[in-house]
Amino acid sequence: MKRAGFATRWLPILLLLPQLAIIAVFFYWPAAHAVKSSFYLEDPFGFGSSFVGFDNYIHLTGSSEYGRIAKFTVLFTVLVTFFSLALALLLAVKADNVIRGAKTYRTLLMWVYAVAPPVAGFIGLLMFNQSWGPLTELAKSIGWDFKLGVNFNDTAFAMVLVSVWKQVPVNFIFFLSGLQSIPKSVREAALIDAKSSFRRFWDVTFPLLAPTGFFLLIINITYALFDTFGVVDTLVKGEPGNNPMTLVYKVYVDGFRGNDMGGSSAQSVILMVLVLALTVFQFRLVERRIHYT
Amino acid sequence: MAQVSLNNIRKIYPNGYEAVVPTSFDIADGEFVVLVGPSGCGKSTLLRMVAGLEDISEGALSIGDRNVNHVDPADRDIAMVFQNYALYPHMTVRKNIGYGLKNRKTPASEIEDKVQTAAKMLNLTEYLDRKPSQLSGGQRQRVAMGRAVVRDPALFLFDEPLSNLDAKLRHQMRIEIKALQRRLGVTSIYVTHDQVEAMTMADRIIVLNAGRIEQIGTPAEIYHRPASTFVASFMGAPPMNLLTAKGSGGRVTVGETISVAAEVADGPVTLGIRPEDIEIGPTCDIPFTVDIVEELGAHRLLHGQLGGQELTIHVGKDVVVSAGPIRMSINPDAVVLFDAKSGLAL
Repeated sequence: MKRAGFATRWLPILLLLPQLAIIAVFFYWPAAHAVKSSFYLEDPFGFGSSFVGFDNYIHLTGSSEYGRIAKFTVLFTVLVTFFSLALALLLAVKADNVIRGAKTYRTLLMWVYAVAPPVAGFIGLLMFNQSWGPLTELAKSIGWDFKLGVNFNDTAFAMVLVSVWKQVPVNFIFFLSGLQSIPKSVREAALIDAKSSFRRFWDVTFPLLAPTGFFLLIINITYALFDTFGVVDTLVKGEPGNNPMTLVYKVYVDGFRGNDMGGSSAQSVILMVLVLALTVFQFRLVERRIHYT
Repeated sequence: MAQVSLNNIRKIYPNGYEAVVPTSFDIADGEFVVLVGPSGCGKSTLLRMVAGLEDISEGALSIGDRNVNHVDPADRDIAMVFQNYALYPHMTVRKNIGYGLKNRKTPASEIEDKVQTAAKMLNLTEYLDRKPSQLSGGQRQRVAMGRAVVRDPALFLFDEPLSNLDAKLRHQMRIEIKALQRRLGVTSIYVTHDQVEAMTMADRIIVLNAGRIEQIGTPAEIYHRPASTFVASFMGAPPMNLLTAKGSGGRVTVGETISVAAEVADGPVTLGIRPEDIEIGPTCDIPFTVDIVEELGAHRLLHGQLGGQELTIHVGKDVVVSAGPIRMSINPDAVVLFDAKSGLAL
């Protein structure tokens, strides 16, 4: 195959420049700054900083609070990823079978996608309102005295629920288009080969959805780790106290509430490495693993 | 193995479109029946109703002695070969072929035996561990065949299985499928829009047009005694010549040219004659003007004018003709007459 080329060497560089500038200013520069400050101990009132080497990192590894939050973050990520993928897959399979009113049904399911995370969190607040929230009422009716923002587990439950609710539509769209890209005749061949719809799903449909599934898995892990900030922030009302929080939220709490810029930077660097690892994992393993036709 | 019987099978879609008008025919045990017709004639819909992939709106379908109107596709004891093969892309050839058996709770060792036998029959043994994406079109088609054969069904269904292959491979697979069907003796329904496939493979051809059966018959019957002008012009390449003619006093005449004896009512009729049932030579009685000579190697086709009407003549490779006036005559026994209005054979 012949590749199209540029006549001069400067034109492509010139065309790339705006994008590079944006990445440099909004990503590389802050990232570099974070790496640098993670090695410094900053005066809370901004009167200077002193180099402390790896002290900030060492402090983190020894911190039981950091360990506890890391554990919660892992649990939170697993729960959010699993339930938002599972529910979306279920809904997509059901929606795929709908013939009458399919468009309305799909549009309704996709709607939530347009809700911003803080708004989703706020809706969660309303639903779980202590005195009149419908979900609190529902919980009460089965004997569960739901206390959002007071009880650790209850708050965690609400965080997972709202985060899943927010993420299901994205997964739904991807799963549905994945399902619809499976050739009709392959499904029909399966119809003749296997009587049970359960078997057909697990033997034929599910493996053919695997590329979509792997892609969504990474997207969802990233979402649960990072993009749930708005949901967490709204639900814990900026008053972490005994409430559950994720690692990303702790970066914010330590840095901007606790004025511990060094410690907060060290945490962001750890998260950056995590993202890097996830990205490498996606490119190396997932992208290479499954490709049909 | 079984006979198949369709009794007033009809397909009407919710939007009111009638894809298949009530249609009845029986297929004998071991018979190879080809459904042929232009696209949109309802042939695939008919096949898919037999397979159970489409609901039957009205009528009764039985395979063997069993009414299967409401039986799941998997329980109809059928196997189907699809146009685009419809192989499972994530499974190896071995698993593709064995998948149907696995779902019928066949013991693993028996599946392996049957897969091996089928693979041997179809020259697929060395490809058993490959995925479909690593196979050529013809090999994929064989895997699809293997998947059908291994189930040992009562009925084979073929939905335009060769239309994705190139001409050479199509010819080869045509013979392979036919030979395989002969050997296994499985009742088969084969859908195609290609009249050559229909002619060469079928024990019996069913010609469909606009959801309706035009004619059922052996390839020879369909070719030589078409029941309608539609069949006459659809079957055969080039198709039958159809000329506007007139009946009067026990003779049918085309202008001042062709004249044959026939017991028809006075008035307009359509006269059909196959290109190969026309002879040319200096002693023949009808003048004809050749416009174009189509050289086909084994034979030639002469396209020209007969008293203002288009006509094609088929001549052997040894007959040298060039454009210009010649003389021709027709074999009166080969003439087929059709009603000028309805197009039905008289």
